[in-house]
Amino acid sequence: MSSTALVAPPARTAPRSWRRTEWFAFVYLFPALLILTVFHIIPVIYALWISLQFGTIRNFRLACTDADTLAKMPEVLGALRGFAACFDNYYRALAAPEFWDALKVTVFYVLGTVPITMVIGLAVAYLLFQKIRGRGVYRTIYFMPHVISTVASAIVWAWVFDPRNGLANHVMQFFGLPIQQWLIEPNGVFKLIGEFFSVDVPDWAEGPSLALVSIMIFSFWQSLGFDVIIFMAGLTNINPELYEAGKIDGANGAQLFRHITIPLLAPTLFFVTVISIIGSFQAFGHIFAMNRMVAQPLGGPLGATRTVSVFMFNTLYGQQRAGYATAIAVLLSLIILVFTLIQFRYARSREENLA
Amino acid sequence: MINHRVWRVNRDRLRNWLVTGSIHSVLLVGAAFMLFPFVWMVFGSLKTYNEATTAGFFPKQWVVANYPEAISVMNGSRPCDFDPANPLEILDKCLLLRYFVNTTLIGGSIVLGVLTTGVLAAYAFARLKFPGRDTLFILLLATLMIPGELTLVPNFVFMVQFPTPESWLATTFKLDPNATIKNWIDTYYAQIIPWMSTVFSIFLFRQFFKSIPSELFDAALMDGASHLRFLWSVVLPLSRPALITSALLTFLGSWNALIWPLLVSNSPQMRPIQVGLVQFITEAGTQVQLLMAGATMTIIPIMIMYLILQKWFVEGIASVGIRG
Repeated sequence: MSSTALVAPPARTAPRSWRRTEWFAFVYLFPALLILTVFHIIPVIYALWISLQFGTIRNFRLACTDADTLAKMPEVLGALRGFAACFDNYYRALAAPEFWDALKVTVFYVLGTVPITMVIGLAVAYLLFQKIRGRGVYRTIYFMPHVISTVASAIVWAWVFDPRNGLANHVMQFFGLPIQQWLIEPNGVFKLIGEFFSVDVPDWAEGPSLALVSIMIFSFWQSLGFDVIIFMAGLTNINPELYEAGKIDGANGAQLFRHITIPLLAPTLFFVTVISIIGSFQAFGHIFAMNRMVAQPLGGPLGATRTVSVFMFNTLYGQQRAGYATAIAVLLSLIILVFTLIQFRYARSREENLA
Repeated sequence: MINHRVWRVNRDRLRNWLVTGSIHSVLLVGAAFMLFPFVWMVFGSLKTYNEATTAGFFPKQWVVANYPEAISVMNGSRPCDFDPANPLEILDKCLLLRYFVNTTLIGGSIVLGVLTTGVLAAYAFARLKFPGRDTLFILLLATLMIPGELTLVPNFVFMVQFPTPESWLATTFKLDPNATIKNWIDTYYAQIIPWMSTVFSIFLFRQFFKSIPSELFDAALMDGASHLRFLWSVVLPLSRPALITSALLTFLGSWNALIWPLLVSNSPQMRPIQVGLVQFITEAGTQVQLLMAGATMTIIPIMIMYLILQKWFVEGIASVGIRG
């Protein structure tokens, strides 16, 4: 099989150590397995158990031991009523308008950040890929926001969005546009744009609040460099001969991009999409810091920046309802799991195709 | 004819020049957008309160005193005095320094832990033979799907219930009659130990170790080297890129962590820089110029580190992307 086998054909036996089980492997595995089991695997099972509890962390009690909860369960369930009552935290979460509002905010956040960041990230990566001078410097600058601590840069951006003397309002004034409240503006952007043109936008079409859009602008700034770097790596992996062949066949730049770059970059595009969606569902740090900077309650103004993660943190930290918060975390994890599974499936089918 | 050719060459050059010029202008606008918050921050940190909250871009006179004042506000209005007789005392007196030391200590320990546990486990998965090896590996990979939010509350409950090793020893063996059981809340243990191993780095290292030809291993074995010896002197030097990638990404992750340290650190002495900054937002209140000075001071060290190590950062992120 290997080259040694060609040199010395009789030595077909594997080295001694490969012949039987090497039990000491478990010594090597032990530290990693211990940490992962205690802090990452057992907690998953424990989380499911906690999500069924009422009370605070120091005195949990099962939701179904509560007489009121039991009484709430519909008669139809019969003997199963006691069992069904245990899941009360989930019913509460799904019945809470805040949960659905938070989901709506999160979906807005995903739709407002992921596609724009990806399109512009791809454009920048494509420009940098044109063997341009100083690409190293550009790359360093574009990626810089990604390594700066979230809280520090959120502090800076909250001041950029300051209604009195923020840079954002200076820019608005420069273009002759009305001054905005940015991070403390709960009204939808489409409504605000409508006001500018004296058009009445109905409530259902008001779109994400300006406060959320301000946070999206921050996210765009922070994550653009990440997308650029991954796309550049993807572009570097494309065989340059394909472009040569395309040029010989008389394709122009746009055609090369459409018929060579996009299809060959598809796996990278897919990876970035899923990673960004998952990241958006977990968005927390910058929202936390920026809300605090403008002296709003976490998720404010009026819940305009309350994503699912923020909502979960509020119920845990603000209201001390650990069981309820965990039930929300389970629901959030299920949503994230769907995206992760899609990615895993896709990655595997790609490997099978290549094999 | 000749004239015509010269014209063609010039036209091509002009076209090239226009294309590169427009690419550069687009990229420069982007770069300005990336950089302007930092410039705005540094300028803001050098203004007086009145100037910062009214108008103007450039500071009129440079108020460097904002920096010591920010440090003192962070400290509860005490300046950071250095006492040469008692040099370590400054870590109790000077919170900004303490935040930095905490962050470095926590990040460094986590990196060390992740590398050690990761290398050992990856070696077992890549090179050793034991029953259930592949199943176990796939099970570990499956845990990559667990989002951090799910394990937050259970781990917090653990932190409340776990006794610290020293308080456990002291009470169990009656080393100190006054000792009481102390839990992990507000200790370094809580911020370090749960993060000392990641499936991602095991995966990354295993890929790397597998690419090392087995002939090398056979040769080392014939020379009488043990597994640990082989791992230390052959595998690790060859895997430097993977080790550096994992170390940097792990450190960055711990540097940027917020929810967990927010939950498990109570006293100022235990805060990492992110939590310290969150606290500083409240402490500085409306004093924007101080907030900007505080932000500048925390950004500068990581910025320097990034500029020195940026090649590794970029390659690390890129390799993660390719793998997906």
